[in-house]
Amino acid sequence: MIPEFLLRAWIAGLGIAAVAGPLGCFVVWRRMAYFGDTLAHSALLGVTLGLLVGANLLIAVAGVAVLIAVLIVLMQQQRRLPTDTILGILAHSSLAIGLVALGLAGSIRIDLLGYLFGDILAVGWSDIVAIGVGGTAVLVFLAAAWRWFLFATLHEEMASAEGAPVVALRLALMVLIALVIAAAMKLVGILLITAMLIIPAATVRPLARSPEEMAVLASIAGMLAVTLGLGLSWHVDTPAGPSIVVAALALFLLSHGTAFLGALQASRR
Amino acid sequence: MDEPVPPLPAIEPSALPLVELRQATVRYGRVTAVEKISLTIRPGEIITLIGPNGAGKSTIVRLVLGTLKPSSGEVLRKAPIGVAYVPQRLTIDPTLPLTVDRFLDLPRAHSSGEKEAVLEEVGAGRIRDRAVDVLSGGEFQRILLARALLAEPELLVLDEPAQNIDHMGQVELYELIAELRRTRGCAVLLVSHDLHLVMRATDRVVCVNGRVCCAGAPDKVGSDPVYAELFGHRAAEAFALYPHRGKTDAGRVLPFDGTRRGG
Repeated sequence: MIPEFLLRAWIAGLGIAAVAGPLGCFVVWRRMAYFGDTLAHSALLGVTLGLLVGANLLIAVAGVAVLIAVLIVLMQQQRRLPTDTILGILAHSSLAIGLVALGLAGSIRIDLLGYLFGDILAVGWSDIVAIGVGGTAVLVFLAAAWRWFLFATLHEEMASAEGAPVVALRLALMVLIALVIAAAMKLVGILLITAMLIIPAATVRPLARSPEEMAVLASIAGMLAVTLGLGLSWHVDTPAGPSIVVAALALFLLSHGTAFLGALQASRR
Repeated sequence: MDEPVPPLPAIEPSALPLVELRQATVRYGRVTAVEKISLTIRPGEIITLIGPNGAGKSTIVRLVLGTLKPSSGEVLRKAPIGVAYVPQRLTIDPTLPLTVDRFLDLPRAHSSGEKEAVLEEVGAGRIRDRAVDVLSGGEFQRILLARALLAEPELLVLDEPAQNIDHMGQVELYELIAELRRTRGCAVLLVSHDLHLVMRATDRVVCVNGRVCCAGAPDKVGSDPVYAELFGHRAAEAFALYPHRGKTDAGRVLPFDGTRRGG
């Protein structure tokens, strides 16, 4: 018999993985990995602010992440600093500000380790409802605008010249990533969230023949990683979030190792 | 070999312009990229922008595409206008699995028949099922062109389309562009830095270096002292010596890359 808390974590994890699959593909295709990481680091600031004003944490975290995303775009337009420097500054200073704010607000006691690396016990049924409803909405939106997202990913200027609303698309993608980060925070933790976006997408690249195939396969790989990771966590008592990431890495190594051996054999023949 | 080149169809001077730049100036901060550019593109006309690196050719292209607003002056565009754009460089990330067929469906899906026909038209038949990241430079340029043509544009904008192609391929590409205009009648804005290559494929050349230096028929611009000043006298002499290089194989579409001819 599976205990209820594990079942809750599993369902939440499957929902997050389903959404993270296609979004993660865009993160990989557009080379936004470090960008996702920066948004994730800002999540702790969102948690602190949310607790201080008594707001819904999911909304607070997503709100701060969107704010940081807009800040990145504004700083990029100044063209004074390279993007990776901007991201490095924002990632670590937002994490630091989050920790300082937490210290200043002495009345708040939170399980810091739980937020940083995930806390399986923290996932409640209300989270599952939010993930279910929000996740479905995100997937429907992605599917509807899929072709435009893909077109803008190839070449923004070309897409813009032919009528694609490229700035709106870029902003939409940032907001969606922020939402996934907010939703995945409890399960895998702030420091490990980006892995849920990137590793499954990278895992299935050798198997995919089209962008759509890659998106669907990435969802499946993510779900598999959640299942294996939680299983590992349950049986040998390891922390859930890191276990999921380790499982995702194992799938990645398996997929790319097989592809590499296949190519090696083909070249020998 | 010296068969006469079919004349380019005459442009209706009275036709309403597709795009018109009036004294358009673009500044980035304190730097002026282009100043007081006036340029008219009419239906069915091929115009080539020519100029040295950093002359503001790409800035003018952006003004024409409508992706950049002028700091001063005006850009008038026919509304609605069907524009297709082939960028100077398009790198598809190797993590993105994309076949030629799927690429042609962006941003709108087309039938197999349409895609087959357009690939044939640009001389890139038989590569529809290939992944885009294994194509040669010439093949890739052709599928970019094919994708642009599927939108049946009134105006086709090509930014240095021959950059990563060997010389033979370049000659063929410009012949293809002239041919496409003949069969489809769309206007073409070309960006190039080589007047020899484009002269057979263009009605009008606009020579720019921050501003419009000279403009007119290609042979006129080639013998203009301003052109010689800009590109060096050697380039101008070469132009005077070989004004008729290259030949046009009207009605024939050649594969770009001789090595793939058998495929």
